[in-house]
Amino acid sequence: MAIPSLYQKDIISIADLSREEMELIVATAEKLKHTPRPDLLQNKVIASCFFEASTRTRLSFETAVLRLGGTLIGFDNGGNTSLAKKGETLADSMQVIGSYSDAVVMRHPQEGAARLASEFTKSPIINGGDGSNQHPTQTLLDLFSIYESQGKLEGLKIAFVGDLKYGRTVHSLAQACARFNCEFYLLAPDALSMPDYLLAELDEQGVKYQCVESMEEVIPLVDIIYMTRVQKERFDETEYKHIASRYILNAEMLTEAKDNLKVLHPLPRVDEINVDVDKTPYAYYFQQAENGVYARMALLALVLTEGSI
Amino acid sequence: MKKKLQVEAICKGTVIDHIPAGQGAKILRRLQLLDSELRITVGFNLPSEQLGLKDILKVENRLFTTKEANELSLFAPTATINVIEDYEVTRKFPMSTPDVLEGGFDCPNSNCISHNEPVEACFRVRKQDDDIRLKCKYCEKSFSKDIVAGI
Ligand SMILES: [Zn+2]
Repeated sequence: MAIPSLYQKDIISIADLSREEMELIVATAEKLKHTPRPDLLQNKVIASCFFEASTRTRLSFETAVLRLGGTLIGFDNGGNTSLAKKGETLADSMQVIGSYSDAVVMRHPQEGAARLASEFTKSPIINGGDGSNQHPTQTLLDLFSIYESQGKLEGLKIAFVGDLKYGRTVHSLAQACARFNCEFYLLAPDALSMPDYLLAELDEQGVKYQCVESMEEVIPLVDIIYMTRVQKERFDETEYKHIASRYILNAEMLTEAKDNLKVLHPLPRVDEINVDVDKTPYAYYFQQAENGVYARMALLALVLTEGSI
Repeated sequence: MKKKLQVEAICKGTVIDHIPAGQGAKILRRLQLLDSELRITVGFNLPSEQLGLKDILKVENRLFTTKEANELSLFAPTATINVIEDYEVTRKFPMSTPDVLEGGFDCPNSNCISHNEPVEACFRVRKQDDDIRLKCKYCEKSFSKDIVAGI
């Protein structure tokens, strides 16, 4: 079998990545976390194009570039640029920016922006979020965090809790973990349950999953709890008060947990994980956020380096 | 005995026959999008042995490419497309669902980047139960074919 390589590849959607490519990214992230490579991207110029502000994602990407010795150009809010004011198409803007740089990281408020940019740009595009569509680096940092905390990706039991309808991070992580024969427990209010098309996809792939009623029943079973926020805006106030309490995790609930259980959350959290969980050995969401830098370093390194790292 | 034709014969062009009743309007709309100058004779709700009722469309002086024929088949998989020359059927298009549908249709997602950029919408076609689903190459959202066709 061919050794997977991501050299000069666009990273647009998690669906484009094979299991082997995901494993390569995770393994590279681990290497770079333990062995700094401050000159790997020396003499490389990376464009960081944020047509929509996203402070966390941008800082994480830019830290990744700087930790590998690369140089940054770009902007942090498309609305302030002359590109937006002069009404140029995204296709033209990206063609030009791509010709200045060795790789382009981009975030854009419209779905499909990264795919479109990749068709007009010679340099590889790394999607940092396109509207409500894809955010592959979030999924890759989630995968890395799961791997790091469990020592493997294969055959894990994962509970997804909260907003499983609108949360794109949940959708693509479930799709990614499906390739590793993981088993899912789904806990969400009726109005925010996992969309049918996604369940149909899981069925097609023969993935085992079940919908559950409470966190208490899954906590003793699972290796990972992936928490997301149930947004107030989606309910009226009394309904919200009634519902939200079922999707809040506190330290006491974790007494029955397996030793290896880790709690993940894409952040920012509001109150769905009580701060008393932070001090337990199960909390992993801050390591997860830190891992965002390593996962993005891994991607940049793989996309810009021809040989092995 | 020669059967009396239900819709007047055409000398040269394309006849789309055996369209399930009700689907003809969708195909008509699609044809008009393809070329608004086309001369088309329409028969809706005609008796049919196979279908009970059927629609039929006769397009004068226009031959379809295989790609166009495949696109039409999305809307009526049972339809037949016959090429007419000198009042005779000279060729039948084999109907097959295309894997990819390019151009002609806009993406129904109003926030899709394909709308304001120099590209044509492009969909991957997938059969799902009784429906045909089209997935936009750009925004990766999936729609029933009727939604894409704007019907
Ligand atoms: Zn689209």
